[in-house]
Parts: sequence; C-alpha cells; structure tokens
Amino acid sequence: MEAAAHAASQTDAEPRTYLNHETSLWEWLTTKDHKKIGIMYLISLAVVFLVAGLLAMAVRLELMSPDFSIMSASQYNQTFTMHGIMMVFLFIVPSIPAILGNFVLPLQIGAKDVAFPRLNLASWYVYIAGGALTVTALLVGELSTGWTFYTPYSSQQGTAVIFMTGAIFVSGFASIFTGLNFIVTIHKMRAPGMTWNRLPLFVWGLYATSIVQVLATPVVGITMLLLILEQTLQIGIFDPALGGDPILFQHFFWFYSHPAVYIMILPAFGILSELIATFSRQRIFGYRAIALSSVAIAMLGFLVWGHHMFVSGQSAISSIVFSLITYLIGIPSGIKIFNWIATMYKGSVWLQTPMLYALSFLFLFTIGGLTGIMVGVLGVDVHLHDTYFVVGHFHYVMMGGSVIALLGGMHYWWPKITGRMYNETLGKIAAGLVFVGFNVTFFTQLVLGSQGMPRRYYEYVDRFAELHMISTIGSFILASGLFLVLGYALHSLFYGKKAPQNPWAAATLEWTNVAAIPDPHNFTSTPLVTRGPYDFHKADEVFGGSGDGQARGDGAGSDASRLAPPEAAPSAPKEDASA
Amino acid sequence: MSTETAPATTESVETEHDHHPPHLQHHFVSSEQQFDSAKLGMWLFLITEILLFSALFVAYAVYRNWNPMAFAEASSTLDWVLGSVNTIVLLTSSLTVALSIHFIQKNDKQKTVISLLSTLVLAGGFLVIKYFEYMAKFEHGIYPGEAFAPTGSGYEYLAAIPYVPQFFSIYFVMTGIHGVHVVIGMGLIGWMAWRAHRGDFSDEWYTPVELTGLYWHIVDIIWIFLFPLLYLV
Repeated sequence: MEAAAHAASQTDAEPRTYLNHETSLWEWLTTKDHKKIGIMYLISLAVVFLVAGLLAMAVRLELMSPDFSIMSASQYNQTFTMHGIMMVFLFIVPSIPAILGNFVLPLQIGAKDVAFPRLNLASWYVYIAGGALTVTALLVGELSTGWTFYTPYSSQQGTAVIFMTGAIFVSGFASIFTGLNFIVTIHKMRAPGMTWNRLPLFVWGLYATSIVQVLATPVVGITMLLLILEQTLQIGIFDPALGGDPILFQHFFWFYSHPAVYIMILPAFGILSELIATFSRQRIFGYRAIALSSVAIAMLGFLVWGHHMFVSGQSAISSIVFSLITYLIGIPSGIKIFNWIATMYKGSVWLQTPMLYALSFLFLFTIGGLTGIMVGVLGVDVHLHDTYFVVGHFHYVMMGGSVIALLGGMHYWWPKITGRMYNETLGKIAAGLVFVGFNVTFFTQLVLGSQGMPRRYYEYVDRFAELHMISTIGSFILASGLFLVLGYALHSLFYGKKAPQNPWAAATLEWTNVAAIPDPHNFTSTPLVTRGPYDFHKADEVFGGSGDGQARGDGAGSDASRLAPPEAAPSAPKEDASA
Repeated sequence: MSTETAPATTESVETEHDHHPPHLQHHFVSSEQQFDSAKLGMWLFLITEILLFSALFVAYAVYRNWNPMAFAEASSTLDWVLGSVNTIVLLTSSLTVALSIHFIQKNDKQKTVISLLSTLVLAGGFLVIKYFEYMAKFEHGIYPGEAFAPTGSGYEYLAAIPYVPQFFSIYFVMTGIHGVHVVIGMGLIGWMAWRAHRGDFSDEWYTPVELTGLYWHIVDIIWIFLFPLLYLV
C-alpha cells in the first residue's frame, strides 16, 4: 500500500529509489543518506586505489630487472612511499567500512539510516580534506619516508612530511567518525526482533572494527601531531639529536598501526561470512564463535604492536611477550577459517563471482596468516625482518585478504547498490586473473625475502633477477584482472541487466525486505525480525513457500522451489508489480 | 532476519511519525532512542579524547622515569599556587555546567543561561591565568623545543641540566592541547547559552546541553591529572 503511494507520488511509473530521488549534484554533496555517502566514498576510494595501484605498477616495473630503470632512486623512494601511504591510510583503512559498511549496515539491521547521518557526511568531507592535504604534500616537496614515518629520518625531512602527517591526522578523524557512528548504530538502531545473536556477521565484523577505530586512531592522531611539532618546534620527543627517543615513536606508531591492520581485515572477515553462508546455502557453522572471535581479535590486536620492533632494541623480555601474544591471534583467526570451511561442507556451493573471491580469500588469507605467525616468531623474524618476506606477508593479508574480500563484497552487493547485474562470465575471468596474478606477484616475494632480498631497495644483485621478473609479470596479470573489473563495472552501470530484488537468494534483510534499488528510507515498513540471518530453512519468502501475512513470496512458491537450485527466482518486490 | 512485517509495529511507527516532536530526526523511532544514541556517541567521543591524551601521558611517564631529577627541577619552577587556583576555577566551572543541566531539566530558562554564562566566565578566567603563567615562562626564555634558552635568576641553572627541555616541551604540548580544548568548550558553552536564551531547550529536549556538559567534564578531568603530574609531583 505504501509502495503504491510512493509510486503514485512519482510522475512516471518508476518506483521511488534512492538513485532517482534528489539527484542534483548539490543534493548529492549535502545528502545525509548513508547509501549515497557510501557511493561517494566508493568513487573517491576507487580513485585513490587506481592512483596507488599505478604507483605499485611503477615500482614493479622499476624492479623488473637489475639493469632496467624508469626512474631515479629518489623518485623510487617517493613512489613506494606514496603507494604505501595512500593504500594504507587513504584506501584500505576506510575501504570496507566506509563503502560497504555505510551502504549495507543500516539495511542489514533494519534501520532507516545510521545514528548520526550528519556526522557520516562530515566524515566524507574530512576524508576529502585529508586527500587534499596529501596532494599538497606532493606539491610542496619530496616524501621518501616510507609509510611508517620512522624518526629521526622523518623529523628531519622537509615540509612534505608535515603536510602528509597532517593528512593522516585529519583523515584519522574520518575513521573515528565512522567507527563511532557504527557502534551507536549497532547498539541503538536495530529493528524490532534484531537481537545481537541475529545480527549478520558482517555487522559483527564492522562492530569489532569500529571498536578498534575508536580506540586506536586517536593515538596515531597525537603521534602525527607530535611529529609535526617535532619538525616545526624541535620539541625533542622523538629525535635523538634533540634528546628524544625514536623507539618511542615506533611504539606510538605501531600502537595504532598494528590494530589498524585489524581495522583493515575484520570487516573483510564479515564479508566472508556473508558470502560463504549465502553461496553455500547453509547456516553458518559456529555463528557465535565467528562473531566473538572478531571481538577477540580486536582486543588481542592491541597487545601485539611490539612484534614490529623485535630488532629495534626494545628489551628482550618484551619481545618474547609480544611474540607469544602474537601467536594467540592465530587462534581466533583459525577458528574463523575452520568455521567457514565447515559451513561449505555438505552445503550447496554456488560458484558465482563473489564466491570465487571468497574461496580466493580462504586460500590467500591462510597463506598470509601462516606467514604472519612465521614473522611473529622472534628468532625467525630477526632473520626475515625488512625483507621481501614481510612485504609478501603483508600483501597476502592486506591485498589477498582485505582487498579480495572487498572485491567479493562489491560484486555481491553491486546489484543492490546499482540495481544492475555485472557480466558473470567476465567476473569469473577477472577473479581468475586476480587470483593467479596475485600469487605470481607475491608468492615470489616470499621466496625472494627468504633468500635475503631487502625491502625498499632500488637496486639488487643479479641472483634475484629471475624472481623479480616473475613478480613483475604477475603484477601485470593482477592489474589486467583489476582493470577488467573496472571495465565491466562501468559497462554494467549503463548496459547491465536489471537486477532482481534478491539475485543471490540471500536471507539477510537488505535482500529480503528492501526493493531491488533501495527506497530513500530503505524500508517501506519497519521489518520485524523473527529468525537468524542465515536460517535459510526458515526463509520461506526467499525460496517460495507460503510465508504469512505480508511475506514477500512471489506466489510461485511450491514445495519444489524450496529445494530448487540457487537460480530459483527469488521473491519479487511488490513495487515491481505496481511499476 | 525476516521478511515478515508486523502490521501492529508498522502502525505504531506510522502514528508516531504523524505528530512527532520537532527535535526528533526522521530516522529515530522515539526521543529516548535519539537521546540514548547521542549520549552513547558522546561517551565514545570522550574515550577518543582520553586516548588522544594518553600518548602524551605515556611520553611524560617515559621521560620522567628516565630523568627524574631533571623533571623535579623543571617542575619546581612552575607556580603551584596559580595551578591550584586554576584547578579550583575549573572544578567550579564543572559545577556550574552541571547546574545548567539541572536547571534545564526543571525548565528554568533564566537560571540555565546564568549557569552557562558563569561557566563561560570561569573558563575565560582559567585561560587568563594560564596566559600569565605562559608569559612568566616566556620572559625567562622557557620555550618549547629549540628556542629553549633559560635566562634570569631562578631559571639559568636549568640550562645545565639535560632533559629539562623535554619537560617543558611536554608541559607546553599537554597544557597547550588542553587549552585548545578549553577554547572549543567555551565556543560550545557560549553557543548553548545563546540557544538556551532563544528557548531551544526544555525539560523535554536538552540533549546538546547535556553533551556539552559531558565534554566540559572531560576537559576538567584531564586537567585534574595534568595539574599534579606537572606542578606537584
């Protein structure tokens, strides 16, 4: 009835959606709609990812062979520095929460919006301000500190460091705003019946992430501020020439930056749980264990920063303790991996593109996690520290974990975001290219590192030439896969098949209770939640079945369709009938 | 999650929408939900404030632990009398801001405005005293960082002690950032006083006053820790 009213209020027959409602540029820039803010983040982050990715390609090209060179050593230092800073602080940290979290979280918990929509918009502007400062840093001088800004080198560099650390200070606030907003939203905005044990696991992942964002980000903020003061006033906190302590900087930096890797990976875990459950048609195995292991990782993540500093000269006792606590992180991570695999066991696995990314994630993240344990071992790390092994490990976790999950999630929610389907065949090809390209690029780096190739080097000895060449070729395969994704994503925006309301036959609210393209207010009526997020056996409305009252079954639901293969047409939204 | 929509719930939501109070934003179901959300959000923000200062406290602890004598000497040059007066001023301002919440809950507009304005005056007083303290140090060449060059009796001997500059760097950075928070708080309190005067708040809705009060208390609490660490210990 409401749907009909909405439709009638439109001049044409199309139902009102968030995309055809308030469409001018000004209305986009001042929108408080979490879905539009998510899209604004998506576009900005895609630009950052493209630029930082091209910088990575430049680094790989430079390292292709010992005699081949496309840039000077100083340009090389700046290139890998900007690649690291942009990817870490301006891309991966905000990526999943700001894009998919913003778009999906309120839909999944049955809310009209996040708790503080204005703060949400502010976070995007703060992020853009951080981006502007980054550009300024590039314009005013050379930045060659690496993404870690270790003192004393960084405190003796020029003004570029001031602007760059300022950019990180500012964009940190965007991260804090998002985290704060999500925690309050999850606590206070859940639909009736949406108990904590019925929260989709993506929401649990975002919750754990938000805790880390709120607790860790202020520390990097003040650290960057102190670094700026060190440069401008020479306050002598970090620079040994002034009596300061460079190790203190490392402690402060890693107190944020280690938890920050959990900011990057925890929401990816959340996406994985959604993908694996939906595409295995199976209740997730060990719901509580997955949910609480995210929180456990968030908490343990604050106690391991010292494992980045085994060779810094910190006390041996603290190195041992940090090493032991680092092993502990393996437990909740392992719990997740086993639960995901158990979920697929005897499930009806449907190998669509998002699921391919989920399977890639399991493979890549396991390598990333196990190499993480290896470098967490005190004795091994002394050998592997500052080699390509660490570079390989980091990329297996961040790119192979976080970015792959983001890609899977983008494919999964693409129909809901844009109302269009992407080309499934091209999607599968791209997923294959990314998987192969990624492994060729970074597995060779694990080997290189174990043979002693140090990171951040501009030149290297001949015996590493072959592996560097393979790694560079892999990076081209990886890039071709990613450009293919960009290509068919843009294509689908204009020519893609119109998406149905629930193309994956998923059972969470954003698919079952929200129109193909969501209404500006998300739900036409407040949903009442009566089952868990992965209770497919109770989801009559998804697989046909009678349902009751206002269930959105498509009416074609016979008992046969209940056991139908995943292609079974999911329920059509009522709006379509009136259209 | 379900797909059922309970007709009853929907109805009740709709009716509330028809005549909801002006302060209620559309995405909240009730005023209580909105108030609880705002308060939880503010508490989370206050946690980030504490963590922001925590790194400074750690820096203080580290350098003090390494150079206890230098810190004792440098600390003794701070004026504990002015520091105590400032502590009392800030504590009183916390009382007045708490009173303003008490009065708005009783719907007493005039007294709310008066308590907010007294908070503003006390906060201003704090900054004035802080200004004189800073000036007294600058006169003797006690600057943060590189410019540190103590002159005059009672200060010259500091130049010979290593790590005294670190104490003053930490002192200026901590009290400076705290001072910035005081200035922001004054802006907020002034704005609240203006809005209260305009009649925006009542016993039904006074969330911004309450949140400003919470913020002001954290500014106060941080000073409660800064004062003994820098002046007394």
